[in-house]
Amino acid sequence: MTSPDDILRIIDLRTYFFTSDGVVKAVDGVNFTISKGESVGLVGESGCGKTVTAFSTLQLVPNPPGRIVSGQIHFKGKDLLKLSKKEIRGVRGKEIAMVFQEPSSSMNPSFTIGNQIEEVIRFHQGGSSIHVRKKATDILEAVQIADPKRILMQYPHELSGGMLQRVMIAMAISCEPDLLICDEPTTALDVSMQAQVINLLNDLRRERGTSIFFITHDFGVLSWVCTYAAVMYAGKIVEQADIRNLLKSPEHPYTHTLMGASPRLDRDSEMLDSIPGSVPNLINPPSGCRFHPRCDYKLPICSKEIPRLSEKRQGHWVACFAESEGGVA
Amino acid sequence: MKETIDGNTLLLVSDLKKHFYVKKGFRKVHVLKAVDGVSFKLRPGEVLGLVGESGCGKTTLGRTILRLYRPTSGTVLFEGKNIYQFSGEQLRKMRAGMQIIFQDPYSSLNPRLTIGKMLHEILSSHKIGNGGQRQERVEEIIIKVGLEPMHLKRFPHEFSGGQRQRIAIARALILYPRLIIADEPSSSLDMSIQAQILNLMKSLQKEMEISYLFITHNLSAARFMSDRIAVMYLGKIVELADRTQIFQNPSHPYTRALLSLCPIPDPDTRIQQVELKGEVPSPVNPPTGCPFHPRCLEALAICSKQIPVLTEIKPNHYVACFLFTQQNNAVTLQSNPR
Repeated sequence: MTSPDDILRIIDLRTYFFTSDGVVKAVDGVNFTISKGESVGLVGESGCGKTVTAFSTLQLVPNPPGRIVSGQIHFKGKDLLKLSKKEIRGVRGKEIAMVFQEPSSSMNPSFTIGNQIEEVIRFHQGGSSIHVRKKATDILEAVQIADPKRILMQYPHELSGGMLQRVMIAMAISCEPDLLICDEPTTALDVSMQAQVINLLNDLRRERGTSIFFITHDFGVLSWVCTYAAVMYAGKIVEQADIRNLLKSPEHPYTHTLMGASPRLDRDSEMLDSIPGSVPNLINPPSGCRFHPRCDYKLPICSKEIPRLSEKRQGHWVACFAESEGGVA
Repeated sequence: MKETIDGNTLLLVSDLKKHFYVKKGFRKVHVLKAVDGVSFKLRPGEVLGLVGESGCGKTTLGRTILRLYRPTSGTVLFEGKNIYQFSGEQLRKMRAGMQIIFQDPYSSLNPRLTIGKMLHEILSSHKIGNGGQRQERVEEIIIKVGLEPMHLKRFPHEFSGGQRQRIAIARALILYPRLIIADEPSSSLDMSIQAQILNLMKSLQKEMEISYLFITHNLSAARFMSDRIAVMYLGKIVELADRTQIFQNPSHPYTRALLSLCPIPDPDTRIQQVELKGEVPSPVNPPTGCPFHPRCLEALAICSKQIPVLTEIKPNHYVACFLFTQQNNAVTLQSNPR
């Protein structure tokens, strides 16, 4: 399945947190691939392990308590998990960059925007201070910030959330990474700012060919940003397909109800689909399929065996017994 | 928009203003016009969605209506009575009829009271029933919101976010109010929990015939919950109409832009985005004339000079925009794909 176009390939990733209450299996056997210029989304509710997957990629999982127990993360042919601390530091911010959810808490409040962007450029590329400053100005212009010279002198608290998020993206792309990981970059933003950030990401992908790994809980944002998407539940991927197939004909019962649970802007609805109960405790996840206690379509086998992702249609993978027996929704 | 009171009005807000005075420097005081001349009416059993981006004044409006803030000017009539004239016992009586649900269920419940104690306290401070009757009512309401009587002995920290929001709903319902102001009640919750809470609120509203003022920044949630929708921008209502009108025939340029920028989870629906230039200006120094004109792609010369008033352009469809009051150039603008 390896093709030369693959930028990132995650194989059987398991990241566990060893807490005093027990082992939290936050990510438990995740596989997926991002090709060059592709934008892959990871959707799910909070606590399903989507952020931990992203953090594992860059080895940002706090250890202790977290540890990557097994798996491989191939990035342009090398296994990131085998790199030394120093080597991974050369990848972070340069080849793989990350944009976080809360822009105001991911910037250092006591340094100016200029200081912080220039530090990234200086660390990875070096050069004279004039060159570095010029590069910082250019990169702010690239994310459509008016008057970048003034912004460089300002502190994070002087900018609005939308502005800061664009600065974060500017900082992330300043070393022209091959892969940009975005962890809910628009969740804290207003509709108009969200649209600007989405457009910016789409332009980046089209113009520079940057691959994007996009984490979200919003199917609307997903459909605007991503070309391919995976749905995650309780540490496992339950369904993955290209964006059109996923949104048009979701196969896994979880995907199905999750989509029905969000109110729609484009139609009236009497009641929303709701999933009974809540997300399971990952210290002691349900046996078999982790979704089975909340599933309307469960079969006897669901509580005994763990369903594997199988290809239901060309490029549409589902991990569900009921589905393969021929009928959900 | 002039509203008159009739038998079919629960809440009548007229020309309500709430200005805050912000100290800047040593002596300078700036005026922040959080709510600046808002008028609308709410019928019994109706849900009015109040939407807008952060900082548009929707939360301040909700709180001023409940008299959690004193207004700068304007009146709020609740069941025909001006709520700002009451005090003491009368105020308490009136307050029993209007309740609020806050956004964050983690900070809106007292951590030192069990749920049962908290609900009992509401009833005793309003002198309702005796001990046994109170217990009955508390149990009835806790079952109504989908929890069990055994939960009454627990403290807020023992519950999840969704359960806490159910408790907040129980607290708002226990006095059988006629009006509930719900300030982003589902925004801090996860998707599947959000659906549970919205469904619960909707079915309780139908069952108990309560009016909601449903404050949200999420247009989809507003569509799901509301009968009518008001769009706010910088302290003013810019458009007010039935739900179907707002979504099928949005008229104010701000409403149209906002709708076009909300992503829809359907790869086949691609709406031409209407660009919103820049950001929401500061309410401390709002633009002259129409507050939206610096970001409006269709601004006329008059827009920077005069403030447009909310005008009825079609039955029950109110818009505050000169495009509609200046002769009929409105017609050409009405074709929107949604």
